[in-house]
Amino acid sequence: MARTGGGVTLFSMGIGLYARQAASLPALALRPPGALDEAHFIGACIRCGLCVRDCPYDTLSLARLGDEVATGTPYFTARDVPCEMCEDIPCVKACPTGALDHELSDIDDARMGLAVLIDEENCLNFQGLRCDVCYRVCPSIDQAITLEMQHNRRSGKHALFIPTVHSDACTGCGKCEKACVLEEAAIKVLPTRLAKGELGHHYRWGWKEKQKAGGSLVTPDQQHRYNLPQGERYDYEGEGLIFEQNSGRTPFASDPLDTLNRGVEGRR
Amino acid sequence: MKRTTRPGAEAVAVKGRWSANRWLLARRFTQLSILGLFMLGPWFGIWLVKGNLNASLTLDILPLTDPYVLLQSLLAGHRPEMVAITGALIVTAFYLLVGGRVYCAWVCPVNIVTDTAHWLRERLGITGAARLSSTARYWILAASLLLALFSGALVWEFVNPVSMLHRGLIFGMGLAWLLVLAVFLLDFLVSRRAWCGHLCPVGAFYSLLGVRSLLRVRADQREQCDDCMDCFLVCPEPKVIRPALKGADKGIGPVITSANCTNCGRCIDVCAKDVFRFGSRFGNRADKPGQTTHQSLGVEALR
Repeated sequence: MARTGGGVTLFSMGIGLYARQAASLPALALRPPGALDEAHFIGACIRCGLCVRDCPYDTLSLARLGDEVATGTPYFTARDVPCEMCEDIPCVKACPTGALDHELSDIDDARMGLAVLIDEENCLNFQGLRCDVCYRVCPSIDQAITLEMQHNRRSGKHALFIPTVHSDACTGCGKCEKACVLEEAAIKVLPTRLAKGELGHHYRWGWKEKQKAGGSLVTPDQQHRYNLPQGERYDYEGEGLIFEQNSGRTPFASDPLDTLNRGVEGRR
Repeated sequence: MKRTTRPGAEAVAVKGRWSANRWLLARRFTQLSILGLFMLGPWFGIWLVKGNLNASLTLDILPLTDPYVLLQSLLAGHRPEMVAITGALIVTAFYLLVGGRVYCAWVCPVNIVTDTAHWLRERLGITGAARLSSTARYWILAASLLLALFSGALVWEFVNPVSMLHRGLIFGMGLAWLLVLAVFLLDFLVSRRAWCGHLCPVGAFYSLLGVRSLLRVRADQREQCDDCMDCFLVCPEPKVIRPALKGADKGIGPVITSANCTNCGRCIDVCAKDVFRFGSRFGNRADKPGQTTHQSLGVEALR
């Protein structure tokens, strides 16, 4: 009795420790849509594979012993086969236990991960080329990924169209990662916990608070006064620095020599 | 007395090769048919059954869930959808009726592995054995439930050779072959009937379902027993036979009532005297040995 009990206790401690190790999920293994957070998923998924069977695109596979994913649980690797975001979400419907949450009715609400443009050094758009592939394939184009225009400082005269992921719309389907034309994708879907920062809970964005309150919460609003030379003024509504036309003095005369001479005079 | 013939040889001589292996063949047929139903999909694209023994969906309508794995999930703190619960209730009801360990003898794919290991062990005359308690499985069962409760994860599923083998055959094995090989070697070299008879918590769980089951093996003709010992030698759970077969003097009825009888029917096969047969648990009276009850007659008629 004691021998058996002791043996089984040792054995259980062994598999308990092993399970802790084996339950860790590598960053590039994504769970199907609607999957509960990983800690709950590992207790809710009974490893039946029905979600795998009902995936029409063979995106999902069941982890085998020796894979880095908990044995028997479903996952997909976006670079191999991304999620096609079926509107009827058959994998979730197939799940008998609700490890894939049946509350998920709109695939756009799925959060399998979050795309991150991880390598700005190799992303073609960051070099000023118009690859745009990740943007074009995104099922939530212009919401999950937008192209943000920036000045191209390398050429000095062109624009950069920077693919920019927005976490409020990105489902983590991985089509961008799959489509990236580089040898190794510059944009990758990562688990949200890795991809997103989280603001200190006591932090507040001043300008948002101000907008909410309808006015400054700290000191009364005051316009900063610039100490400008005569004949110049600053427009606070957005026009910026304005040279008064009739002041008679402009910084740059039509004859460049005048400007030079004036400088010399000023130094005397 | 040193045995010179293999168990069942006399039965083959008396009843013929077919009758002396009838239930064994029926069992292999059932095991392979169930596995075959699951394999039709991945091999031939005929999706009658999807999933695996942990949970499956038959003909897109009948859900079946392993109550043991669902219980672990419940203990891990998850509230499953109704589909899984319905499936588990159907499975539970079935095994409450026919005996929980029918799962072991007629469904579980590991049974073929351990039976093969046992057969080889007997053929090669390997006798030395590590001492294992046959109650160890209940300890392991309790441990697997406690691990689920305290870790929030289905810990046993990380190592369970039963679900690994079945899932592996359908979805791909990976290194699960190693676990199956381990079970084989355990039964082949380490100890007789080590896995199914001593350690497996899945079998332990199902045995608890079978405590009051209706379908039983009965030693109704026990006065015919000539002590050839063949039934004890082939039985995967030899302890279960003795009370029913030899208990007449102690007032014990002829029904094998132990929850650990797997209803494999091998004892029926190898008995040259036809002592055993399938029947119900009712009419388990010691006073009239060999009396045929109307329930067992009913089962007899169905054959």
